[in-house]
Amino acid sequence: MKNEWPLWEVFIRGQHGLNHRHVGSLHAPDAEMAIKNARDVYTRRNEGVSIWVVEARHIAASAPGDKGPLFDPSESKIYRHPTFYDIPEEVGHM
Amino acid sequence: MYAQMIKTARSGVKSREEMSEQEREFQDKVDNNIKIEPQDWMPDDYRATLIRQMGQHAHSEVVGQLPEGNWITRAPTLERKAILLAKVQDEAGHGLYLYSAAETLGETRDELVNLLHEGKMKYSSIFNYPTLNWADIGAVGWLVDGAAIVNQVALQRTSYGPYSRAMIRICKEESFHARQGYDAIRVLAQGSPEQKKMAQDALNRLWFPALMMFGPSDSESVHSEQSMAWKIKVKSNDELRQQFVDQTIPQIEYLGLDLPDPNIKWNEERGHYDFSEPNWPEFFDVIKGNGPCNVDRMEKRVAAWEDGTWVRDGLLAHARKKAAQKIAAE
Repeated sequence: MKNEWPLWEVFIRGQHGLNHRHVGSLHAPDAEMAIKNARDVYTRRNEGVSIWVVEARHIAASAPGDKGPLFDPSESKIYRHPTFYDIPEEVGHM
Repeated sequence: MYAQMIKTARSGVKSREEMSEQEREFQDKVDNNIKIEPQDWMPDDYRATLIRQMGQHAHSEVVGQLPEGNWITRAPTLERKAILLAKVQDEAGHGLYLYSAAETLGETRDELVNLLHEGKMKYSSIFNYPTLNWADIGAVGWLVDGAAIVNQVALQRTSYGPYSRAMIRICKEESFHARQGYDAIRVLAQGSPEQKKMAQDALNRLWFPALMMFGPSDSESVHSEQSMAWKIKVKSNDELRQQFVDQTIPQIEYLGLDLPDPNIKWNEERGHYDFSEPNWPEFFDVIKGNGPCNVDRMEKRVAAWEDGTWVRDGLLAHARKKAAQKIAAE
């Protein structure tokens, strides 16, 4: 077995942030150390209030080649972007 | 610059006709300033050049802790000591960001560190110069981090996404360092005659090594053409060096210190300062491993790695034991 520490991806929710954002990665022997190191490296200047770490091998990503099939169709489905309805003026702001 | 003399594997830039369809698509992205991301296709030489450059950059952050760390226990006031500690801690973090970014190209951090220890990868020439007195710590922050910022601000626009993002994060912290360093030198320059002399001495010794950080002059740097075409490099060595000189000379004048080079003179026609070239044979000698501290720096890094083996292995064994216990309990 190779004695390299596994890679962890780090997600942080900022002071006023609504959700966790990916900020980087680091090596650590276990989750506890990963959180401690993430605290030191990524939140030393008040960057966050909550940390998630996840071992990189647990993340599955979409392939760049799938960009078309995955994301393109929504452009042609205008009913998913319904910005064109006429609201009678009498009704006021909606 | 923290990465120097990075050679792209092939010399000469391919014309569009010589490129394969994949290469043309890649070049189009680069030309349109679309960032290249880890899962995108990229030419092997692009990948290899970036692994070398980012790896070397990361190594520089780590080795760069040694010259400054040299003065932690001897910093003259508690305030300066705390600042220096915070700074060295930042450098460790910068190394970490850069190794993480380099790892997205498929080389692990341990492999990169191993290559450094075997002498197969380099780190910035600047960290092979000794820190002989307290003023050197101020000068390193001011000049060395100042030079690094000039280079890294340009690299924020580099074509590889993870590298560009690491640079944005790092530049924020580097600019603290440069200001801290300048403040430390300013206090000396405005202090007693002895302190002023120390500041002058540090400036004189570190000026040319700082200029060397940008790498050889454009006419010598035959490998940068491909790096420019791939937008790994966004500005040439000489452009960046000139920018650094232009911004630093007014800072020297403000301190009331003598210019470290008699040929520094404002050139009205060019709109830039003229200055002497560093001693390039010395530069190449330092890069080859013959600078004042090369041997010492590497000995310390290798010793830290080897002496720390049992700690790393112990932590990993503990983590595996805990994981196994958890599975058994479930």
